[in-house]
Amino acid sequence: MPWPSPESINLDRVKEPPSLDHPLGTDTKGRDILSRTLYGGRVSISIAVSAAFLSTIIGLIFGLFSGYFGGKVDMLLMAFVDLILSFPTLLLAIAISVLFPPGIYTVVIAIIATGWASFARIIRGQVLSLKEANYVEAAKAMGCTTWRIIAVHLMPQCIPVVLVVMGMKIGGYILIEASLSFLGLGAQPPMPTWGSMISAHRAYIASAPWMVFAPGFMIALTALCFNVLGDSLRDRFGLKIRL
Amino acid sequence: MKGYLIKKLFLLIPLLLGVTLLTFLLAKALPGDPVLSMVGERAQPEVIEKIRKEIGADKNTIEQYFGYIALLLHGEFGRSYYTNREVFRDILLKFPNTFQLAFTAMIIAIPLGTGLGFLSAYRKDTLTDRVISAVSVTGLSVPVFWSGLLIMLFFSLQLKLFPPSGTGDLRFLVLPSLTLSLPALGTLARITRTTVLEVMEMPFIKTARAKGIREVSIQTRHVLKNALIPIVTVIGLDFGSYLNGAVLTETIFGWDGIGRFTMEAIIKRDYPVIMGCVIAGTLIFVTINMVVDILYHSLDPRVRLGE
Repeated sequence: MPWPSPESINLDRVKEPPSLDHPLGTDTKGRDILSRTLYGGRVSISIAVSAAFLSTIIGLIFGLFSGYFGGKVDMLLMAFVDLILSFPTLLLAIAISVLFPPGIYTVVIAIIATGWASFARIIRGQVLSLKEANYVEAAKAMGCTTWRIIAVHLMPQCIPVVLVVMGMKIGGYILIEASLSFLGLGAQPPMPTWGSMISAHRAYIASAPWMVFAPGFMIALTALCFNVLGDSLRDRFGLKIRL
Repeated sequence: MKGYLIKKLFLLIPLLLGVTLLTFLLAKALPGDPVLSMVGERAQPEVIEKIRKEIGADKNTIEQYFGYIALLLHGEFGRSYYTNREVFRDILLKFPNTFQLAFTAMIIAIPLGTGLGFLSAYRKDTLTDRVISAVSVTGLSVPVFWSGLLIMLFFSLQLKLFPPSGTGDLRFLVLPSLTLSLPALGTLARITRTTVLEVMEMPFIKTARAKGIREVSIQTRHVLKNALIPIVTVIGLDFGSYLNGAVLTETIFGWDGIGRFTMEAIIKRDYPVIMGCVIAGTLIFVTINMVVDILYHSLDPRVRLGE
């Protein structure tokens, strides 16, 4: 039997409790909740992972420069980082996502805008402790250019930290994405997202709780998995990072 | 101490200038014309022009920003485009509600979170530890707008113990603050566990044991005291961000606080309200961080202020 598409509306079968046809029930427009939840995962996970990846790249660039050059550059960049960090995350993400037309890219931009700063801070700290190392001195003595030292000698040393922080951050990004789409600022209908599925049906929490249950459970489960992944990576690399 | 406070207060100026500039530019770039949404699309051009003059929307961007700064310095946050009420007053009016919510959430989260974290560290690698760690990572991962709905469904609609939404006496406060406390509880338990474990490996604990000091005394006077700094930081950060809205919890439970106020303003493009809320929020956030800094100092005199 072909599975119902996440966007096919069937007004004869609205708000049905879980059954064999629809294992997780149907919503107010008779759409299958299981398939909507599955497709919603695509949106949430790709947004969170790509936002984490891009934040890492920006944070890596800022952190490497700031940490290596020190002095005025460092002061200016870190003042900017502190400015970003002094905003409450969700409020800043909300403010930015109203700037652009709502959609997947806007959410990614909003998450990066709030997220890159903490990557930059952590990587800067890492570089500060690395750049005094003997092998960096040796590289300098051998006449390596600054670029080569940063790219070949310092950056690879930051990779374990970057991986751990990414793992720990993605869980949080899943929650931010879900919150933004819960508030109507995420990917727009008819595209299913976990957050919007909850906000669209929260009024029916008493009469049809299954409409809200599945997407929320998936948000929690996904965020949980990434958080545990981050923790295990941290323990594996033997790092002490607190987020 | 005094010197540190003065230095911090001076550092606040560029921070606030940066924040006001950022919020100002953000608000300017927002789509939608506030004048049109005040009078409606079909208003006469003269009326539109008049209101544009009244709220200063006819001046250029730089003049508008300086006008705003001048007003801020007079303690004037402007008036809402919609209700024509003073933003500053509305914030003051709603702040106690948000404070109440955040404070109650912390009252639930602090003893439970630190207690569980401590227990978990003390019973490291036992079943108790695993269960507590699982609970705390779950607390971090569950979105509040979902746990809030489940809590509402169970305690309010099924058991009929508490009202589902609204602002009012203590009975209204229970469910939203319970919801809000869950992520804080998770964070606190985790941070307490790691810190306590770190402290327990320190040589001075071994010394204390070798001297034959009672275990209870070691745990409270040596371990807990040294583990307090990171714990206080997390409490400060969490409390700061809760004061800054808890937009989602307030929206779910219809709690009349700053978070919901900000959210409504953003939807309506009510620039003065958005900017007022963000500036007030940042001020609160920075103030709390400063208090945390000072607390560090009194908890651990080795920490030098201002470094």
